[in-house]
Amino acid sequence: MTDLAATDPLPKPKRDLAPVLLPIALALLMIPLIGSTSSWLTLTAASLAMGMMIFIMASGLTLVFGLMDVLNFGHGAFIAVGAYVATLVLAPFAASIQADSLWVNLAVLAPAALLSMAVSGALGLVVERVLILPVYGQHLKQILMTTGGLIVAEQTLYALWGPQIIPMPLPVSLRGSFILGDVAVAKYRVLAMLIGLAVFIAIQLVLNRTKLGLLIRAGVENREMVEALGYRIRRLFLGVFMTGSALAGLGGVMWALYREQVHASMSDDLTVLIFIVVIIGGLGSIGGCFIGAILVAMVANYGGFLVPKLALVSNILLMVAILMWRPRGLYAVTSR
Amino acid sequence: MMILSGDPPRSRVLTLLLVVIILALAATPFLFPGAKALNVAAKICVFAALVASYDLLLGYTGSVSFAHTMFYGIGSYAIAIALYGMGPNWAAVATGIVTGLPLAALLALAIGLFSLRVAAIFFAMITLAVASAFQVLASQLSWLTGGEDGRSFQLPELLRPGSVLISKSLFGFEINGRILTYYLVFAISGLMILALLRVVNSPFGRVLQAIRENRFRAEALGFRTVFHLTYANCLAALVAASAGILNALWLRYAGPDTSLSFSIMLDILLMVVIGGMGTIYGAIIGATIFILAQNYLQSLMGVASKAAGEAGLPLLPGLLHPDRWLLWLGLLFIASVYFFPTGVVGRLRKAGGGKSAGGPH
Repeated sequence: MTDLAATDPLPKPKRDLAPVLLPIALALLMIPLIGSTSSWLTLTAASLAMGMMIFIMASGLTLVFGLMDVLNFGHGAFIAVGAYVATLVLAPFAASIQADSLWVNLAVLAPAALLSMAVSGALGLVVERVLILPVYGQHLKQILMTTGGLIVAEQTLYALWGPQIIPMPLPVSLRGSFILGDVAVAKYRVLAMLIGLAVFIAIQLVLNRTKLGLLIRAGVENREMVEALGYRIRRLFLGVFMTGSALAGLGGVMWALYREQVHASMSDDLTVLIFIVVIIGGLGSIGGCFIGAILVAMVANYGGFLVPKLALVSNILLMVAILMWRPRGLYAVTSR
Repeated sequence: MMILSGDPPRSRVLTLLLVVIILALAATPFLFPGAKALNVAAKICVFAALVASYDLLLGYTGSVSFAHTMFYGIGSYAIAIALYGMGPNWAAVATGIVTGLPLAALLALAIGLFSLRVAAIFFAMITLAVASAFQVLASQLSWLTGGEDGRSFQLPELLRPGSVLISKSLFGFEINGRILTYYLVFAISGLMILALLRVVNSPFGRVLQAIRENRFRAEALGFRTVFHLTYANCLAALVAASAGILNALWLRYAGPDTSLSFSIMLDILLMVVIGGMGTIYGAIIGATIFILAQNYLQSLMGVASKAAGEAGLPLLPGLLHPDRWLLWLGLLFIASVYFFPTGVVGRLRKAGGGKSAGGPH
């Protein structure tokens, strides 16, 4: 676990390594401040896990903005919808959740996550067609439309599931921690890290190794040119939007399991966090989003340990500091 | 038309509507007895001013801020903390005003300068982040703000319901401190709306509209757009903080739910869009429609929900539950952004055949 921060296959656009070093430097800087190595390791693992979950939720948002200049204020709705849909599978199979076998647990968790992704993705299709299509190129109306969508989605969730908090217990085999010496790392966090890394690597591979990814990256940089070359970027965008929504749904399930509860208002707090991540990373940049998510999670975890009162304000300070350094975020990929 | 700054409603129906609303608000203490009617009327006054100040940002400069409730909250908390700490006297009221207003303006200046330094698209996101941080801060600093419970306080002697100014025997109505407070709220809100009308119809307001339509062009014409936007931001923050002060004075309380929560921000957005962006008058219409709906539609929905439940219809009872009224307003909001982005005011002006101006397209 120790070397994870140092050996992460972080994105490396040529010659621009400073943002990559930032979370590593921050982590190292915290060793003397926190004092005990074991709590530092636990906190670092916690921030990496949290960062991965935030990254999964934020990646769709940053791509959608980068590719099509659409600012989706309703992105948080997909997170909440994903979490609620997962309860549809997890509640009837509560017995399998209680079974003390990793495979039985995963056999329930995996379909739940897949169903959440499918529903969030389908919802993404509807939202794109109904709310965003009519207001392309108009930021003001986009913000208003998607905010309206967020209100409607949240209220519909309340209407369907009721306003109470729904508990979402972790499967038995994922509770507890791995103990290495005097370092304790929660099992679920390891799983979250693995899934987050897998998503990150998958996105990187698709973006950098396939023709689809080439088109997406080209579209982020210069939309008109890709259109002029005869590609239907509208359809490409719809695909990206649905993928982003599905990922937000997956992130919602993971977050709900992490918190062990589901509530429609969870999208509100997360939306703020995701916006900060996306701004820090540079709108449209997956690599920046990844680093931004880890930074935000680190600040939340280390800050929560050192100065508990400043948990959310510290994110703002982080954002201010990063934007003072690079006014367009860590990696500025769009021409806008 | 001096008082309206040469910007009359420009529609007969709209004029009639506004006159009815204003007369009804002015006569509420005498026309509609009971505490609820007076509370609703005071809330309409406060929100009309608050929404009008938001319209200055959204409708006239075209920038979406999610931090407007923060300024509203600063005003509320400033007066509440001052009156709570210093006791119910006029010096405390003055202290609250002279700390709250500059604080709001300075914060608006800082946010404006910071988020305009970076890409303009960040403005909405940054204001959202700052506002949520402020909300956390307000609930964490419980020694100062009272945390989640907020601060209740006493008003100065003159404004209390107990102090009878004109006894019932004179006109048949009792004029007490509560009614005096109501008229204070009414008058100051009205003055602020008129002042905002003055601002948007000044050369400065024209520049704001120019920035909204084409920022690049406005800049090319030699206007310092950053200065204008920041200035508008500060003005809006000042009015919002004043509205917060009025609200706290009326409620004799300031807390996260009544002055800071994100749902108030959404309410303001709904009001300004339904009323009509870029018109100022839309604020009065929007606030009236929204708050009347909030207070009276809910009981109607309760009846409908019960009826649907008894008829054994699936899903409908949940969707019509009084707590879900925001769902329907959200749908109305989307529909109004889509179908009539100029809101009620824009619609009425168009229907009246008047020249439709203002409102981002």
